[in-house]
Amino acid sequence: MHFPQQLIDEPIISGLVRTYDLGFNILRASITPQQEGLMVIVLDGTEENLTAALKNAQQKGVRIEPLEKEVVRNESKCTECGACITICPTKALTIDAETRHVSFDPDKCIACELCVPVCPPRAMEIAF
Amino acid sequence: MPKTYAEINEKIKAGKAVVVTAEEMIGVVEDDGAAKAAERVDVVTTGTFGPMCSSGAMLNTGHTNPRMKYAKVWLNEVPAYTGLAAVDVYIGATELPENDPANRDHPGLFLYGGAHVIQDLIAGKDVRMTATAYGTDCYPRRKLDTWINIKDLNQAYLLNPRNAYQNYGVAVNLSKERDIYTYMGVLQADLGSASYCSAGQLSPLLNDPYYRTIGIGTRIYLGGGTGYVCFQGTQHNPTEARSENGVPMSGAGTIAVVGDMKQMRPDMIVGVSMYGYGVSMTVGLGIPIPILDEDMARYTAVKDEDIVAPILDYSRNYPHNEGGPLGHVSYAQLKSGEIEVQGRKVPTAPLSSYVKARAIAEELQEWIRSGEFLLSQPAELLPSADSGQTFTRLPERPYNNGGVT
Repeated sequence: MHFPQQLIDEPIISGLVRTYDLGFNILRASITPQQEGLMVIVLDGTEENLTAALKNAQQKGVRIEPLEKEVVRNESKCTECGACITICPTKALTIDAETRHVSFDPDKCIACELCVPVCPPRAMEIAF
Repeated sequence: MPKTYAEINEKIKAGKAVVVTAEEMIGVVEDDGAAKAAERVDVVTTGTFGPMCSSGAMLNTGHTNPRMKYAKVWLNEVPAYTGLAAVDVYIGATELPENDPANRDHPGLFLYGGAHVIQDLIAGKDVRMTATAYGTDCYPRRKLDTWINIKDLNQAYLLNPRNAYQNYGVAVNLSKERDIYTYMGVLQADLGSASYCSAGQLSPLLNDPYYRTIGIGTRIYLGGGTGYVCFQGTQHNPTEARSENGVPMSGAGTIAVVGDMKQMRPDMIVGVSMYGYGVSMTVGLGIPIPILDEDMARYTAVKDEDIVAPILDYSRNYPHNEGGPLGHVSYAQLKSGEIEVQGRKVPTAPLSSYVKARAIAEELQEWIRSGEFLLSQPAELLPSADSGQTFTRLPERPYNNGGVT
């Protein structure tokens, strides 16, 4: 969700959550130097309520961008060092306690891309 | 009964040497005791695979026609050092292209640098070489722009001044406000993460803590080929505090190594981008340790539980040389995924690949078992704990009073 400058002070998310009975999980939130807000958020609720909530947010001026991008691991580049595991907010990247193999679970990945610049051999790639 | 290098090599040649990895040696000594293990095992192989910034490649390109004494050289736009004879070039792993934005747009990405050039050469890729010169009677040519390939170079060898650090600090970030971008990776604010970089129980110098067998001339595994220890590494500091088992409690010994790049593989020498920091090179390195006696059997059975590293704050203490460690943790604790710092649980991330370290120890084990890799007795050992050699800070003596009059 992209929040324009004039909406920064408004409690948009709590409004949506109350009105439309949604569950939510904020994965990343930041305000850019130009005072725009960016939030990566998982919303959970009935399809009807979700649609209405997103429409409501859009009417207020929030730009919504579904995360259709996909992060993939280039197996030929990955050295299984593990530098990525603490940055991943959903534990899609983990290291096996015994074998020390580093695994990537695409099902848990929410394409936040935090691992992409953090990976030293640049093995985490964005696919569209 | 102590063994000699010659005896061990005879066994290797006969295909009778007992070679185990440093991981396997832990179990051997636990089961049989050090004395029996020393009789039974001849060689323990070690391995490490981590970013080692102090690395680079020496290249001789062959002479141009007409001849040229390179004054400036760029390899894929990355500057290389030419203050040597006519067509000798040294490219450092951390060098950046001159037009790289570095950290001007912080944090910088550092997608390509000297280490990537070295990896590309090893991979057999063509690399663009541009050179300029001032011209002399014997070397008249002034400009060159050509492709080079490792197969055409007279020599291409890694010459790394500081590799295989014996232990290393664990980096954390005490800043409440901001993530920091270091050579130890991105450290999340307010003790959000801790990063460490050693193969621990598999790491070469941790298995020979007093450098009884590792010295000048030791034949090693380097980047997928054979290499040699050529000197003590820069910042070699054997007098660091040690645990009861002799293992240094923080970064101590280092080695300078050399090896033929034409034997190496691009999966064992990898250019890496440290976000917001710069370029580095991940080096695959393994050292065979001869089990000359019971002490060597005991040393090579060292386990992660018995190796500790200091926890250092990279937001303030480390860059400004302030304060001491925030505590010590063992590699077993680090590998559990979580350590405790100032009463708080902090998730850990390694920078050194243990999977690759193990693969190196196993590959070296195979080389020795097959009889193709013999051990070399060092011409001279590295300065050890009794040498008195330390590691000092630069005693600054500002020139011209630092410009202040």
